[in-house]
Amino acid sequence: MWQYDKRLQYPIKIKNPNPKYAQIIISQYGGPDGELGASMRYLTQRYSMPYNEVKGMLTDIGTEELAHMEMVCAMVHQLTRNLSEDEIKGTPFATYFVDHTVGVYPVAASGTPWTATYIQSKGDILADLHEDLAAEQKARVTYDNLIRLIDDPDILDPLKFLREREIVHYQRFGEALRLTTDRLDSKNFYAFNPSFDKCKKQ
Amino acid sequence: MLTAKEELYNKISATDFAIYDLVLFLDSHPQNVKATELLSAYRKQRESLINDYEQKYGDYITHVKDVKADNPWSWIDGPWPWEGTSDK
Repeated sequence: MWQYDKRLQYPIKIKNPNPKYAQIIISQYGGPDGELGASMRYLTQRYSMPYNEVKGMLTDIGTEELAHMEMVCAMVHQLTRNLSEDEIKGTPFATYFVDHTVGVYPVAASGTPWTATYIQSKGDILADLHEDLAAEQKARVTYDNLIRLIDDPDILDPLKFLREREIVHYQRFGEALRLTTDRLDSKNFYAFNPSFDKCKKQ
Repeated sequence: MLTAKEELYNKISATDFAIYDLVLFLDSHPQNVKATELLSAYRKQRESLINDYEQKYGDYITHVKDVKADNPWSWIDGPWPWEGTSDK
């Protein structure tokens, strides 16, 4: 189960609303490498994981990603507060506004709604951990791109925190991959799938 | 500028973050004694910071379990975290 902590993992206090920034930051909520996909990917992959270290890691990182999702949504919310019609007209945010007003909805910056096709749960520890390592790098690149396009310190500060977390998660998943390969059968290094084959052997 | 209350609140949050990051490290290094010792030290630090906060500013509440069964029900009091106007 989950329990809610009534606080953000890292503070977000944005003084100046900016619909253009909201329209690109929302990609880290509902985009292909966003935090919604990250949390769903890790929390979903847990069930077929054979090793306790990796079950723990997916649970803890998946939970942290929910907190990151809340931070990204908080940024979008604060950037779209108290806007006038004139501040929206003619900006890239106008198309979003037509569909969602200032409700926070999981879409990519390019407008595609979030889809489960952004994630995979393959039931194979090697396949899933490689997906997780790639996901962390893709999310890190997305934060790099956002940091390049934004020049408000109130937004850059939490974005840099989130970028750092992608790097730490990449390290942890790398350790998970290492301890997995150490345990695989050396004669059957790539084809062996401990989450499935161990059941058949009993 | 941050108020003294906000500064103390952020210090507790930073300690929470250190605790969480050590937990994550221990997932892949379950035998690491140094990390478990550090985790205990941060937990003690968190407890003393919360005592300090509660003496100065009243209840430190982030979890619904810690809300006193008072009337009116204070859990719903804003601002909520995403609103960015509180010290949370």
